[in-house]
This record gives sequence, C-alpha cells and structure tokens, in this order.
Amino acid sequence: MPPRDLNLSAPVSDSVKQTTCYMCACRCGIDVHFKDGKLRYIAGNADHPVNKGVLCGKGASGIMKQMSPAKLHKPLLRTGERGSNQFREIEWDEALEIATGWLANIRRTDPKRLAFFSGRDQSQALTGWWAEQFGTPNYAAHGGFCSVNMAAAGMYSIGGSFWEFGEADFDRTKLFVMFGVAEDHASNPIKLGIAKLKKNGARFVSVNPVRTGYSAVADQWLGIRPGTDGLLIGALIRELLLADRIDAEYLVRYTNAHWLVIQDPGAADDGLFARDAEGRPLCLDGANGRLADALLPDVAPRLAGEAALPDGRRVVPAFQLMAARYLGEEYDTDAVAPRCDIDAATIRGLARELASVAFEQTITVETPWVDWTGRRHERFTGRPVSFHAMRGIAAHDNGFHTCRALHLLQMLLGAIDCPGGFRFKPPYPKPAPPAVKPGGDTAPNRALKGGPPLGYPTGPADLLLDGDGTPVRIDKAFSWDAPLAAHGQLHMLIANAWAGDPYPVDTLFLYMANMGWNSSMDVPATAKMLTDRDPATGDYRIPHIIYSDAFFSETVAYADLVLPDTTYLERHDCISLLDRPISDADGVADSIRQPVIDLDRDVRPFQSVLLDLGARLGLPGMTAANGTPLYADFADYMVRHERRPGIGMLAGWRGLRGDREGRGAPNPAQLDAYIANGCFWRHELAPEQQYFKHANKAYLDWAVRMGFLDRADPIVFQLYSEPLQKFRLAAEGHGDVVPPQDARDRVAAAFDPLPFWAPPGSENGDEGFPLHAITQRPMIMYHSWDSQNAWQRQILARNFLYMSRIAGEMQGLADGDWVWIESTTGRVRAQLRLMEGCNTHTVWTWNAVGKRAGAWNLAPDAPEATNGFLLNHLIPTHRDGAPNADPVTGQAAWYDLRVRLVKCRANEVTDDRLPALPALPGLPRRAKVRA
Amino acid sequence: MTSLPPPSKVQLGLVIDLDRCVGCHACATACKEWNDGGASGPLSDTDPYGAKPSGVWFNRVHSYEVGDGADGCTVHFPKSCLHCAEPACVTVCPTGASYKRAEDGIVLVDEDLCIGCKLCSWACPYGAREFDAVEGVMRKCTLCVDRIYNDSMVPADRVPACVQVCPTSARLFGDLGDPDSHVSRTVKEREGFDLMPELGYRPVNKYLPPKRQMKLASLATETAAIDQAGFFLRWVDRLLTR
Repeated sequence: MPPRDLNLSAPVSDSVKQTTCYMCACRCGIDVHFKDGKLRYIAGNADHPVNKGVLCGKGASGIMKQMSPAKLHKPLLRTGERGSNQFREIEWDEALEIATGWLANIRRTDPKRLAFFSGRDQSQALTGWWAEQFGTPNYAAHGGFCSVNMAAAGMYSIGGSFWEFGEADFDRTKLFVMFGVAEDHASNPIKLGIAKLKKNGARFVSVNPVRTGYSAVADQWLGIRPGTDGLLIGALIRELLLADRIDAEYLVRYTNAHWLVIQDPGAADDGLFARDAEGRPLCLDGANGRLADALLPDVAPRLAGEAALPDGRRVVPAFQLMAARYLGEEYDTDAVAPRCDIDAATIRGLARELASVAFEQTITVETPWVDWTGRRHERFTGRPVSFHAMRGIAAHDNGFHTCRALHLLQMLLGAIDCPGGFRFKPPYPKPAPPAVKPGGDTAPNRALKGGPPLGYPTGPADLLLDGDGTPVRIDKAFSWDAPLAAHGQLHMLIANAWAGDPYPVDTLFLYMANMGWNSSMDVPATAKMLTDRDPATGDYRIPHIIYSDAFFSETVAYADLVLPDTTYLERHDCISLLDRPISDADGVADSIRQPVIDLDRDVRPFQSVLLDLGARLGLPGMTAANGTPLYADFADYMVRHERRPGIGMLAGWRGLRGDREGRGAPNPAQLDAYIANGCFWRHELAPEQQYFKHANKAYLDWAVRMGFLDRADPIVFQLYSEPLQKFRLAAEGHGDVVPPQDARDRVAAAFDPLPFWAPPGSENGDEGFPLHAITQRPMIMYHSWDSQNAWQRQILARNFLYMSRIAGEMQGLADGDWVWIESTTGRVRAQLRLMEGCNTHTVWTWNAVGKRAGAWNLAPDAPEATNGFLLNHLIPTHRDGAPNADPVTGQAAWYDLRVRLVKCRANEVTDDRLPALPALPGLPRRAKVRA
Repeated sequence: MTSLPPPSKVQLGLVIDLDRCVGCHACATACKEWNDGGASGPLSDTDPYGAKPSGVWFNRVHSYEVGDGADGCTVHFPKSCLHCAEPACVTVCPTGASYKRAEDGIVLVDEDLCIGCKLCSWACPYGAREFDAVEGVMRKCTLCVDRIYNDSMVPADRVPACVQVCPTSARLFGDLGDPDSHVSRTVKEREGFDLMPELGYRPVNKYLPPKRQMKLASLATETAAIDQAGFFLRWVDRLLTR
C-alpha cells in the first residue's frame, strides 16, 4: 500500500508490445506491458477496432492465464491404459516421427481414416486447408455444437448472420431486440453496443428464459420458454402482416418475395421458382399482368395473385405462400402466448412497437449512393429496428427455422443493412448461400477433391454420399442426417468413430477440443468409447488419438500422443478474412498475434507444428519440389501463402511495396507493418458503400476487387429458399439422390422452403421430465478456450442449478437444497438456487464450470470437481433413433434437454462418476500462496 | 486514533451506473491486475488452485435481484471503497496508517504503519477493506492514485483501471467536489444516490439507479381485423416498384 511519499508518476512499464487477446472469439487488441523483464499487466488497445481500449473480465486476467500451473511443458507419450493419464515426456523429434508414421500410413491407404477436428474456430483458414491437402473430408470445428443453425440459416437466407457476419447499427438504432444470447457472442462488441444504446436512449428488449447479464440491463425482459422463439417470431410476423405494417418495396427490391413459385403437387419441380429459358426467375408484372423477368429493375411486381405459365401450370408469388403460412391460426398471438409464456398483450405491444419504430421513426443518412442497377439515390433511408440472436435460439432441433424466421422478420421490416438496422460486416454479405460446395472425393496420396471439407450444398446432388448412400464423412455431415451441416458435426465424431459407423477411423487428431469433457454429450459414455477395446483383437476401437492443447484439459488423459501448444502470448496467429474476421459494419479488418513472451517450456505453436507435419508428410502446398518444407513456420505461411493469386491469409499491406489491400503479391515486411499498426489492419468503407451492401454498386464493385465476391451481382435475400425445396422434392422421391425410406418424412418436414415452427422433439418423447434445462457461460469465463484461471475461479469456482422461486416452491424445493437432475440419459447432483428472473418451466446453470477432479492441475478437492457439474452428462446423443440434432444442419440440440428434479443428500455421487486424474508429468506443483 | 484533514475542495471518486453494468467483472480483474503488480501490490491469493481459493480484491461485483418474478430486476452491483468524506476507517486507525489525502480526498493505507489490527474493516459499513493475510496488512482501493497523476502515462490512461477497462462505460471518474464537473452533472441528471446515507459517512462515490424505459408511448395503429381473403385482396392490386 502506498506510503505518503509515493512517487505518483513512477513509470509503469519498461516496454509495451501489442498483440491480440485470445480469451474468446472477440479478438480484442491488447497492450502487454512489461517491467523488469516480467509481464506487468495487460490493457486494451485504445486504437483497436474491436474493443476500442476496453477489455472484459477474462482479458483483464490474462496474466493469470500465462502463469497457470496447468500449462503443458513437453510432448507426452502414453504409457498406461488410455484414460489413466499416465505418460512419459518425449522429445519433439520423437513425437513428430510417431505422428508422421501414423498419418503417412493413413494417407497412403485411405486418407479419410484421419479425423481432424478443432474445438475452436480461430485457425480454420489453416486447419481446414490442411485437412484438404491431407485428403480427408473429416474435418470440422466446434460450430456444429455451438451455433451452426444461426450461421447456416443466415447464410442461406441473407448471405450473412449475426456475430462475425453482421451487427446492429448501435449508433442509430432506436429499438434493439436480442434473442437467446447466453452471456456470450459477442462479448465486448455487444457491451460497447449496449453502452451506445444507453447513451442514445434506444430501447432494449431481451427475449431470454433467464434474466442475467445483458438481460439485466434490458428495458424489458421477456422470459420466454426455451425452444419457442420461432413461435413468438411467427406471432410478430402475423401481427405485422395483419396490421399491414411491412416494407413491400424493400421486399421486391432485395428479396425473392415476388418470384413466382410453381404450384404443381407431385411434379418434380413443384415448389421451385418458375424461370424463363435463360433460367431467370419470373414475376407477375402488375403494370401489364404479364410474366416478367423478376430481376429486371423496371418491373412492377405483384406480391399476391396467381398466374399461369405457358404450359398452363399455376404459379404464385413466394410472398403469398409465406403470408398464408403466418396467417394460420397456429401463429395467432392468443394461441402463441401460453406456449411461449409471454402474455398476448406483450406480444402485440412488441409488434406494434417494431412497426412504429420501423415505419414512423424512419431515419436517413444524407449520403448519395448508387444501387446495383445504376440508379442514384440521394440518401440512405433506414428503419431503426435491429436484432441480435445467438445460441439460445440456435441450439434446438427447430433452431434452423427459428433463425430463418428471425431473418424473415428483418426482411419484412426492411431492416437489413439499412441505417439503424442490422448491418453486414465485410466480407459479408455473400451470395445466399455462398457458392462453396463441400468436397468428399478422396483417394490415397492426394488432396481432397470437389471442394474444401465444409461448404454449402444447394441440392441433394451436393451431399457427400457414396454410391450406396453411405455418408462419406465420419460425422455424417452432408448426409441425410444433416444435409446442410455447414460447420460439420463435432458432437457425432467420437460416437461414430467408436461404432465404426459409417466406417472405422485410424486416428483422431484433436486440437483444443475438450471432447473428453465439456465438448461432448453424455460424457461418461464418451469416456467409455474413447477407452473401449475390441474384444476380438484387444486393440482400442479408436486406434490412435493425437491431441494438441496448451493446457492440461480433461481430454489430455485420452490421448496417446500429446503435442503441447503455446499460449496466446507466445505465438503468431492470424485472424484472417478467410476465417472468422474482425470486421465491423463500416470497415473490413483482420489481425495477427505476435509472440510477446519468450518460451520457457518445450512447447511449440500448433500451427507451426501442423505445417511441419505437412512437410514431413509431403503434403501439397507445404512441401517444395525437392521435398523440403515450403514454410519455416506459421509466421512465414501467414505472409507467403497464397490461397488464390494475390490473396493470402492477411489482406493488409500486400504487394512488394506494401501498398496493396486485399489482393497483391506477398510482402516480406507485412508482419512488421501489422505490428507497427497494433497488429491489425482495417480499411474503412467510403460513406456511399456503407449501407445496402447487398445491392450497392460501389460496395459490390469494391468487394469483387477485394476478392470477397466473384461477381458484382446483387445479393437476393431468400425469403423463400429454393435449395430447401430441392431436398424436400428428393424426400418425395424425385431425382437421383433421395433419402432412405425411413428418413423421408423427417426430411420432407424439415426442408420447408419457408420458415416454420414446430415444437422441439423433446416435447413429445420425454414424458415425466417437465423442466427445460439450459446453460450459459458466465461472463467472467465466456467462451474461454481454456478455463482455469486463479482469479476467475475466485469469482466462480462451482456452479449451482438455478430455478424460478415460484416453480421451486411449488415442487417443495428450497434454496440450498441438493437435487438429482435426471434426464432420459442420466443424472447429476446439483445444489439449488431459487431466483426470480427465470422462466417457470426452466432450470439453468453456468456451463463448463464443473471440472473433472485432478484436471487443469487443480487440487482434486477443488469446488469445480466436488460441487460443480456439467449438464452435458444428461444430454442424449440420439433421440428416437435419430441424432439429437436439428434435422437440417445437424446442430446439436443441447438446449432441448428436459429434466426432472429429485431431492437428494449433499454427499451422494453417481456410479459413473469419473475418477480423479493423477498428476501429469512435468507440471509444477500448485502454489499454496500467490503473492 | 487518526484525525482527518480539513475538508478538501477536490473530492475524487467514482460514479457507477447500475443501468449499464452487465456484471462482466472486467473492473474487478483489471483492478486486481493493475494493482497486484504496482505500488499497492501484491494483492495476494491463497490456495489459488485448491479447494478454497481466496484473495484480495479492491473491487468486487455482487449480483442481486430486486422485486418478485418478471416485475423485478437483476442488479449487478460493483463495490469498492467509497472514499467517504467522514471515513470512520481512518478515524479508528490506531497508528495513522489509514489516512485521507488533504488534496483530493482519496482514502489510503500506509502499509509501513499498518499493524493489521483490522479495526478499520470493522468500522467500514460497506465492507470495502480487505485484509491481506499473506502480507498481514489491510488493503483497499486507492482510486489508482499511481495512475491518475502519472505523467509517464498518456492523459487518456490517467483514470482508474476499472474505469478505463469498463466495456459498457458504467464507471465514471472525476471530481465530485466540483458541482460543474461531468460526474457531478451526471449524478444530478440521473438522480444518483449515496449508499446508506443514514449512516452519515458521506461517501464520495455515487451510484446511478437502473432505469427501465417503458414501452414507447406512440404506437402504430391497432391490428385491423382482417381475414386471409381480405389480406390477399389488399395486396393483389398494389403496384410496387423495384
């Protein structure tokens, strides 16, 4: 503490290095201060476009991440039974030789017997490409578990979505409605946005079963019942339609609402768009009553009525089909209210408010602009209603269509990429969906053909199926189980690999995917699968597991070979426009990490290790003609690798003189330029490019020059989704690629070209389990890649089960009671907390606080292990024989969990509780005191 | 017992906006990180990786619910030393270790004089003082006195670490002794309040109450009673332009 003669101007640090945070997916800029050669503190970079100088609770405790005793120290080779956590330390040469041996054998014989999965998404531009060069389609990150419904529904509907793809115009919006954000996605950008809402006096409505975090500062909290968001959105749409409060001009300009849909039940083209001989969609021109090219700028399309094609068949505008759906009784507010637990007057009030703000409080930005047809407009006119949504509406088996319904609502309000509305972040919008198809063509000793491992099918022919209909991928992504699995299906990997369904794999190669714990459903069963042996041979059913992590996470125990990674302060990283960019609505941006701390352990950056392995395997793109490595390390790759001529990992300071943006030759001094600029690059859009990007000539032309789009065509929002209808037609038996008989009803129902709501499957099958159970990440730990931190755990070292006080009291439960949480899958023990701000049919907890005893180099009696718990143990991987997932995208339906509570004693434990992990070689003793 | 200096004209303090705090704990960890390695550190932790992790924090965020059911609200409530005008924690100090600065009103502890008797923590009604069991001394918020006057930092950084880091701008720093300062004006506009004013310690820090905007007053027309056929008739003759 300061004595009275304290020097108030003592220099705080000797040096400052700038890099990028890694506690979550926000990628904030940080200033890392050093004093006397030691890490002094980490502050936000005031000039950084993402965080503008602020940090969150995790970013500001990064110093404890660096000091963690759970950091791995050296490569490890398993010595005991798998899962026993017995290893010996080995040298990197030996580790890489072992890995190369396993992988070379796979590539020589059948490359898809490698399953390479990354738990987090930040390195996909490298990891996905590496899998492609290796030749395996079996690659994905954690999106299939987290929020692929949100992303895929957005990409198929508007060519973008929330989070990295777009954001609310927080500076101008007057009404902001947030759905299902579980204290996450995004962190600081949302918080900075909330500050603007408060400053400007905008109204903030939060639709969420739980009133914590952001919902706590909302003007209005609507405590919705989980899984019914699509119904609420449907009721809002119905109210707006009936009140005649929609933006019809916006619909015919920017969506396919006026495109004519063939009405010929039973025909192979029923429900597809009527097109002319050139394949251009048709509309009904109101000026002359004739069919016309729907894409022409000077037609006067009708949104209702019907017409006949030259062959006599009936066609109607897509809008009419959409309106007929939402005018149906099931979306009547009085019917919706009791199912959503939101009263009818509130729903009607919200609808009127949306309409009032959108249509009576229109705002303008006085900047002339030119639309895609060449017409000049004097100003941008905006409807200042904006939305944000995330995992809370996505992680249900009806999530894809719920997310699509939200985009439909935005279209009807005319509130996409306008002033005050939701705005795209470049390089989005992309064509809806982007023209990238998943590749599945494998053969020994060559790269994957047909595309990268992940993409966007637009019809059954794009699915990854063998001739006999067997899924090509181990996780069955892009099969009839999950046709639009744009992020893959991480959550199906272990179960399928164990079962050899659709085929056995040789090696699981996992990167920062804690799939032995909180990134799997039904954890005890998963642990058994990872350690199970084939009785016939005595060999593990999953022969090899390679794992890379920086920390001693639970999954380390299940590895045969551990490749220890560096921390975020010790390595180069690349936050690329080819990956998940850090752009904002006014500008495009990317960034890097640079090592700011010297390594004190025998660990290596995983990205560099991956390139090293690639060169040892002789993979294309990583190996020179003479067999030597093409890249010295990942930093070298970041600069010199070109995905297409002139387009590489980083968009800033390209060209030999460093004066090119987007496209340009590799610049050997590129990283220096980034470092001199705070480790990020940002290009601000010209004012005339900033709105209506999907139809703005200056923006579209620029996006083509930058390589974001192939053509400067307008991006048409898909109110009606023809790709979905193509899958539905297949389910009716049309075409060469059709679903198996037992899947046809499910596919036909799910692939509705218009959004709809159906109750989650768990509503029907789980009688006796009356409560919804959901999770959120606490803000102090949100989305932490690695979740043990000396300061964060003083704030939260265990989780409780939270429940509405009224509901608890009705069941005879009191605050502090211990309960079994029981599902169809299992049970875990929890201590109860009763609260007010919780939907009465819902229980919830903080996710991923519970840890396996001994893991993370925590004491075995740490509260995380003794009293913490994971709901994952209760989530079934399958339901009624089908994956417990959205039938469109395969998104894990982990928010559809239904449970019941049974009182128990404090010290009861389940039989399948996993034993404490023993200490790991090389890790330091835990300090008793930190001072 | 320690005496107080004459009342200072300058009264530096924090204004905390409960309408903006989302409970992210950034202020708490940024405070700990700044002060742990600085003039006021270390802020010790005991059993950091064990069964009972515990440590010194100058700033903690508590979360409460007020009112029943959906009509209530959730309040995230950051709490640190309020730098009272009448700090009993200072007057109770037997050694003069606790003191209030004459020039700006900041309440500090001179560690060299502190004997760890904890009388100050008993005297503080807000629970703002934290005993460092490892170092055997009392610790508390310094309002980042080693930042706010620090000529070696850029002017924008010369605010408490908790203020600089806050992502929702829920924390303001300034001179609450000056009625025209931005903090004083904000307190007046937003009807800021003292914590437990009845106790008479006259805290300098203020809190701004949560405010919830009721629904917009002027709303669009009521939903017209219309059936499906009527709905489509309405649309059939509309001429739209692209």
